[in-house]
Amino acid sequence: MAATTTPSPVTGPSVKDAAEHARRSNRKWALGLLIAVVVLFLLYWKILPAVGGDTASFFRKWLSVSAASEMVLWVIFALGLNIVVGYAGLLDLGYVAFWAIGGYVAGWFMSPFASEMMNDKSWANLKFNFLGHPPAIQGLDRGIHLNFWLVLPIAGLICAFFGVLIGAPTLRLKSDYLALVTLGFGEIIPQIFRNGERLGPGGNFNLSNGDKGITPVDTIPTWPFSYIPGVPDQLGLRAEDLPFKFLVYCLLAAAIVFLSLRIREGRLGRAWLAIREDELAASMMGVPLMRTKLAAYAVGAFAGGIGGVAFATFVNGIYASRFDFAISIILLAMVVLGGMGNVWGVTVGALVLAWINSTGLEQFGNTFNDAVGTNINFKNYQFLLFGLILVLMMLFRREGLIPETRTKQVLAEPERGELEAVGADLEGEQA
Amino acid sequence: MTAQPAERMLSSTLDLRADKITIRFGGLTAVDEVDFTIPHGSVVSLIGPNGAGKTTFFNILTGLYHPTSGRVHLGDRDVTGMPPHQVAHLGLARTFQNIRLFNLMTAEENVMVAMHSHMKSGIVGTVFKSPRQRREEKEGRERARELLAFVGIPKVADEYARNLSYGDQRRLEVARALALRPKILLLDEPTAGMNPQESARFVEFVYRVRDEMDLSVLLIEHDMSVVMKVSERVTVLDQGKKIAEGTPDDIKNDQRVVEAYLGKTGTEGYRSDK
Repeated sequence: MAATTTPSPVTGPSVKDAAEHARRSNRKWALGLLIAVVVLFLLYWKILPAVGGDTASFFRKWLSVSAASEMVLWVIFALGLNIVVGYAGLLDLGYVAFWAIGGYVAGWFMSPFASEMMNDKSWANLKFNFLGHPPAIQGLDRGIHLNFWLVLPIAGLICAFFGVLIGAPTLRLKSDYLALVTLGFGEIIPQIFRNGERLGPGGNFNLSNGDKGITPVDTIPTWPFSYIPGVPDQLGLRAEDLPFKFLVYCLLAAAIVFLSLRIREGRLGRAWLAIREDELAASMMGVPLMRTKLAAYAVGAFAGGIGGVAFATFVNGIYASRFDFAISIILLAMVVLGGMGNVWGVTVGALVLAWINSTGLEQFGNTFNDAVGTNINFKNYQFLLFGLILVLMMLFRREGLIPETRTKQVLAEPERGELEAVGADLEGEQA
Repeated sequence: MTAQPAERMLSSTLDLRADKITIRFGGLTAVDEVDFTIPHGSVVSLIGPNGAGKTTFFNILTGLYHPTSGRVHLGDRDVTGMPPHQVAHLGLARTFQNIRLFNLMTAEENVMVAMHSHMKSGIVGTVFKSPRQRREEKEGRERARELLAFVGIPKVADEYARNLSYGDQRRLEVARALALRPKILLLDEPTAGMNPQESARFVEFVYRVRDEMDLSVLLIEHDMSVVMKVSERVTVLDQGKKIAEGTPDDIKNDQRVVEAYLGKTGTEGYRSDK
């Protein structure tokens, strides 16, 4: 074979260092975010109620506890989508479907709604409670009430199942067509829920309560932490519950981060990467394309299911009209903005966009209007802003805010083969 | 290198047997009733002028195309119509004419991708790093390093494939293919871009792979000096048909082969000289 036995010259830092560097940066990010979470939690729990006054109202405006919670929930979804788009390289424009399915699983298994699912009232007396926590109001203990922590994996698995179900026919398509079909499913599934009030023979089966939505949703039990003084044993809608709910959502997001990082390192993560790099070569090297892609769909959908249940507890209900196409696009924007494939990048991207979405833009608008004396509704320009951000990113920072090391390489340096093709000699030279 | 005695080739078992392979694309018959075998432990070559159907035939063997008619047997398994990853898992590994590595993965990761079908750990085991998964990963990594050392690039394990030199990339492709634990290694124009010394060394390398990894090698090659030196048997395709098969010496003197390569008019002078 070729005579070059000299070790290949290294462009940039060697990868061994890079792997060590990645581990260290993982620790740094995890620690940094953990500190941020703890500080925010203490702030919401003890400090702000004690301080009150301007500080409290500043936070209420710019970063309220529910805004922070919502941001963390978006992180869960963005990380789920990142597995499909960033890891396996499959463009999915219908991720909102899994958010919806996760939400409705919460609606079926942890709210009084199950007792209303038969329109002829034949289930009206249905009462099933397994470690569940229905709101302590007369009559709301009807229906199925499973424990929140039990519903999470159930919803995850149901979503994973639907991920496979949707994936099986669509994944045979090549990228652009796949994107279109996922877009279709992302519309179809919320539509089914929106019109799912009278299904089956005689319209007797009520799957989703249609546009009216399902509410209320059960509380989140904190056992065994409820033994710690000051920790409520149920997290519902009371003001003092909210900081703890925020903590619960952070815990779930952390679990998805952990899952993403671990899977990336193993056999499946390698196969996803290989498929992203060169599908044909991967299949010739024994990687079953279909199964591997379906696994990406399933794992991504699993995260969506977890997020869907958490979101249902956050808004205390499931409303079909919420699950629109824009959500899929915003999630995709989060992944692209943050840096496809990089868990921390996607986390930051999700936090930033979700913040702009929930409070940032509105508050900025209020401040701006007050200062200048105009009356512009900044919230209306939300999508204009997102579009602008995406275009600017593509122009100036294609790899995202915090790119994956691998991706950074491609975009920053020409391939060595290309350089050699034009006669550049890289030997011993630091390119 | 001398060719193996014919008796050995006949008596040994077949690693691959393709019977009457035909494939049509629309009205075009790209491969026409080609019979082909690879005896165990042999080095055989497939040659032919451009457009003869060599790569198409290769792609049929690896499961990328499904033949219009005919069967492919790998050992005693019928692999006709199997998807490429199954054929690969059953022991048919290949390299590519234009190098197709996973550019943004390290050399080691590239090799480990090919171990995918032999590894077992699932999602749960990976997330919780079960002892079995750790062991499997560790063994895989060690095996990958061994293979990289075997093909002569032990120091680049942690480099991204795209940063390797051309020669090292070709070696890495072989290492990756070997990670599949193949019975047959298909090399698609492996000496493209090599100078004569490198090609000469390549011949030795092929025999070393064959002997140490206990497999058979099928080459598609343009460089006749390599083909004649390395092959124990040569098969010639022209316009989708097998026009000759035999030892390198037979092929050199075969009238139809010379015609296929030089054209009929080119051989007229040759004929009259005779």
